[in-house]
Amino acid sequence: MSNTPDIKVSNTPEGVEGNGFFATKLDSVVGLARANSLWPLPFATSCCGIEFMATMGSHYDVARFGSERMSFSPRQADMLLVMGTIAKKMAPILRQVYEQMSEPRWVIAVGACASSGGVFDTYSVLQGIDKVIPVDVYVPGCPPRPEQILDGIMELQELVKSESVRRRSSPEYQELLASYNIS
Amino acid sequence: MALETSVIQDKLTNKFGDNVTSFSQIKDILTFEVAANSTNDVMRFLKEDETLRFNFLTDLCGVHYPDNEKDRQFAVVYHMHNWVDNVRVRFKTFLNADNPEVATVTNLFLSANWQERETYDFYGIIFKGHPQLKRILNMDEMVSFPLRKEFPLEDSGRTDKDDRFFGRTTTNS
Repeated sequence: MSNTPDIKVSNTPEGVEGNGFFATKLDSVVGLARANSLWPLPFATSCCGIEFMATMGSHYDVARFGSERMSFSPRQADMLLVMGTIAKKMAPILRQVYEQMSEPRWVIAVGACASSGGVFDTYSVLQGIDKVIPVDVYVPGCPPRPEQILDGIMELQELVKSESVRRRSSPEYQELLASYNIS
Repeated sequence: MALETSVIQDKLTNKFGDNVTSFSQIKDILTFEVAANSTNDVMRFLKEDETLRFNFLTDLCGVHYPDNEKDRQFAVVYHMHNWVDNVRVRFKTFLNADNPEVATVTNLFLSANWQERETYDFYGIIFKGHPQLKRILNMDEMVSFPLRKEFPLEDSGRTDKDDRFFGRTTTNS
């Protein structure tokens, strides 16, 4: 047994500790749980999808972040990763997948195409998925390396940790969804 | 015995007269022009004649010539291949800009189905008699025909475009 544990343990959230009890905010506990079990729904259409496959592999091992189970269905998925060029013809399908996910849900746009249309400044390509669905984290790169995808996921974890449990019923969030005509 | 281009040309001229014109040899393919109203007959003849035997439709696609006169703005190019003698032939038919219509060849080659749909999708050329002439690659809501040379290739919906970064301003300041 070495003294350096191989297991990464999350830090206890801020709270009041005493003899035999520990009190903290529900927000932080729920956030902690959500952030460390982001189940991905990969929506991979091009090269970025291949990079994500590498991220899933043993070398980069996205499972370390609690993203062991890839869900190729909107059921039980929290994190929609859009990877690759989204043609305008594909936009309604992407939107449908997003609408079928249940709250809480987060979206990462991986790579230049998903974020802005990338080099495909054409009549047939959607110029960034944020035209049809709200996006939480953008990962730059063409294609981004697996490290960058992991960085994007860690960035999202920070966001999820600090999110209020009630955020999704807040008027701002409703307004955001309404601006995309998603009810 | 190989199939000579002169044989092909003579047979076509004898049968169709003025409807087949402008025979020329481009690289190693005999190329000619067909009047728009007889493409189907010419193709049927090329396919079913016992010496010509062009049994395979390699490709069918559209071209837009914006500088041509109105009557010759659009062209449909057909490539055919005779597998027996390994000879290829190419013919074009020119169409009017306001009314680009030509008869379908789906009755001769089933593969023409998607090729004609694609040509319609990108050029707006109408193939009369096609069983299901609708867009195949672009989205159905699209109103324009993107491969016509009057069409802006860039997406106009981009909000992050600044002409200065593309060398499109005179001063670049």
